[in-house]
Amino acid sequence: MIMWSFLLAFIPRAIVQGIPLLYGCTGEIITEKSGNLNLGIPGVMYVGAISGVIGSFIYENQASSLNPFLVIAIPMFCCLLGSLFMGLLYCFLTVTLRANQNVTGLAMTTFGVGFGNFFGGSLIKLVDSDVPSIALSATSSYFSKSLPFAGKLGWFGKLFLSYGFLAYLGVAIALAASYFLNRTRKGLHLRAVGENPNTADAAGINVSKYKYVATCVGCMIAGLGGLYYVMDYACGVWSNNAFGDRGWLAIALVIFTIWRPNVSVLASFLFGGLYILYLYIPTGMEHMEYQELYKMIPYVVTLVVLVVTSMRNKRENQPPASLGLPYFREER
Amino acid sequence: METKTAAVSMRNVTKTFGSVIANDKISLDIYKGEILALLGENGSGKTTLLNMLSGIYFPDEGQIFINGKEEVIRSPKDALTLGIGMVHQHFKLIDVLSATENIILGLEGRLNLKEASKKIEDICSKYGFEVNPKQKIYDMSVSQKQTVEIVKVLYRGADILILDEPTAVLTPQESEKLFAVLRKMRDDGKAIVIITHKMHEVESLSDRVAVLRAGKYIGDMATKDTNVTEMTNMMVGHSVTLNIDRPDPVDPKPRIEVKGLSVRDEEGSLKLNDVSFTANSGEILGIAGISGCGQKELLEAIAGLQVTESGTIAYVQDDGSREMLIGKDPLKIAELGVSLSFVPEDRLGMGLVGNMDLTDNMMLRSFRDGRSPFANRKEPKALAERVVEDLEVVTPGISTPVRRLSGGNVQKVLVGREIASAPTVLLTAYAVRGLDINSSYTIYELLNEQKKKGVAVIFVGEDLDVMVELCDRIMVLCGGEVSGIVDARRTDKNEVGMLMTRVGGGEKHE
Repeated sequence: MIMWSFLLAFIPRAIVQGIPLLYGCTGEIITEKSGNLNLGIPGVMYVGAISGVIGSFIYENQASSLNPFLVIAIPMFCCLLGSLFMGLLYCFLTVTLRANQNVTGLAMTTFGVGFGNFFGGSLIKLVDSDVPSIALSATSSYFSKSLPFAGKLGWFGKLFLSYGFLAYLGVAIALAASYFLNRTRKGLHLRAVGENPNTADAAGINVSKYKYVATCVGCMIAGLGGLYYVMDYACGVWSNNAFGDRGWLAIALVIFTIWRPNVSVLASFLFGGLYILYLYIPTGMEHMEYQELYKMIPYVVTLVVLVVTSMRNKRENQPPASLGLPYFREER
Repeated sequence: METKTAAVSMRNVTKTFGSVIANDKISLDIYKGEILALLGENGSGKTTLLNMLSGIYFPDEGQIFINGKEEVIRSPKDALTLGIGMVHQHFKLIDVLSATENIILGLEGRLNLKEASKKIEDICSKYGFEVNPKQKIYDMSVSQKQTVEIVKVLYRGADILILDEPTAVLTPQESEKLFAVLRKMRDDGKAIVIITHKMHEVESLSDRVAVLRAGKYIGDMATKDTNVTEMTNMMVGHSVTLNIDRPDPVDPKPRIEVKGLSVRDEEGSLKLNDVSFTANSGEILGIAGISGCGQKELLEAIAGLQVTESGTIAYVQDDGSREMLIGKDPLKIAELGVSLSFVPEDRLGMGLVGNMDLTDNMMLRSFRDGRSPFANRKEPKALAERVVEDLEVVTPGISTPVRRLSGGNVQKVLVGREIASAPTVLLTAYAVRGLDINSSYTIYELLNEQKKKGVAVIFVGEDLDVMVELCDRIMVLCGGEVSGIVDARRTDKNEVGMLMTRVGGGEKHE
């Protein structure tokens, strides 16, 4: 009975922790399937979050009464626009100018975090509040609204229906991405581009177009993860650096799920659980250092999966073969 | 002759790469219902020319007419729409996808794998291919992969088919099968262009030959009106003699003695089974066999790169004393003078580093020499220059990365470097694979020179005609076992061919 009530409390927490990871992971899988290793995902999620915050901040301060549609649509639109800009920047540098993908990605993470903190800090200055954060509680209440009857359905409602709409959207996008990659012609072409752009090109597939679209769409999906974090998980409170290392965890999750968006749904919840597990394991005040060790668990699990999959050496479980490599048709 | 219609006419097509003119004002016609063989030495621009037709490269100048209408081919997609399909020398297939997925790659419409598989089976039964539509590419043999490539082109309804060295990696039997299919397609009214260096294939398969030399169009003629010597002269630009000389071995002494050698691969299957032979100094020992019969393992075992299960490999010194090679690391073995110039299917896979230039690749052999902490770059540079000059390597310069050279030139660099290290044992595998006829003969001469110097040459080859003329003795491997060692002076191609397919053949020593 104690176990049951513990799980009932723990699982929903794990799920809300997992949703930002799920968005980041789905976005990165789509990106990596095109052969682009976008290490800028943490930055993209940051930019997505702050763009949404800016949009909703302006709207909340301008409008006299909040229109329920606009209160959702404006932050979403701003978030998608911000992440799209990041995606375009990454593609322009790596696809058009053929810059090194790792360097570009890392630079974008640094840039995204700085961008978020700069505008976040500016907004905090504007509201002149006592705490170093801004709260967009009105907007957040729309984002985190769950179904009205969810509370009446006992444990079922709590486990499955107690989340804001972005959580369900995240799962739907992951499943749709899985269907897209495995069952559609465009998905097949995308996988071909990531495996062997030369071959894809010879087959008449526009490699640059696929790389651009996949990376930009991937970034927009990842950006929504940032938005979910601020608007739903953090109840509309933005404070600098609060997003933490979730972006890196999303990239680790890509490896953990061996590039499968449908697996990433459950895997992200698992990672969400592992991410907060330390809060639930009593360590006592003398042994705070154990907490830090527990925080390592998701990364250790990822390492183990990486080692196991490369030991099994099954070709389907390997990363896209041309991941990280630039493509130029007339190179010989 | 009057009924022929030109499916493709190229007029004054020019393509340059940096300062290198790959194609200089080439005009070429390709006709329906005809197999055209495009000939030329390595680096003469054959592949470049056809790549422009298939949309990989874009011509700098010139026009292309398809069925009499001027067209601009900007991408492979344009080429496919015009009915041009190319089977590249390096397969354009995606390993983790199935045959069907590869074949329909790039097409439009709803994805329906079942329907596609059905259409593939129809094509296969029409022309006599064998393809399992569900099989993954990484599970396939080279010839199966090639079949997938050809089906891919046919699936798109191509009627102009370009094949770039299709037989370079096939066994003679597989090649014959391919030719039968190509003839069927020709009779079906398709235009076929084939690049090959094997002259007997040109003679038996093609209807017409066109020759390129150093990026220029030399001429064309009906195959039945010409002969190998004339074609070779056109390719090379001066007359060459096509006789391989075979000097008698000078004072042959045992140099490498292999006894009862067995090797297992990682999966545990036996790759070499109880192989015994002796390689003599001043002699060329040919090793024949269908590819994958243990040739690679044998050479690697001698060079110390392969873990062996049982048996011995002894290196016999001039004074008769023996050194066991098994258990020694490759560096020690190389110091004894055993040199491996192994040319695997993937030319850059072993021996050369694609991104490094010629000088640096020469240094891979010599960087340990001397005591100074700094590497000596002068000698490798001189060596690179010498190899380029002696073997007529076509390259913009010695500081060009090796991967930018055409396949045959890469091979020349590798073989040239190995010979320069003055070995006492020279191991070569497929040394002339992908080389044009002139370069091949240069390599044969080099091997003969080594032989005259008293080097024990082990020559793994695939062209039996050549082996029978070049080698002193031929050992035939079949399924990892020695099915016979014959005296090359008293044997013929048929006898060797028979041994190649005889599993566990009887003991037949000279």
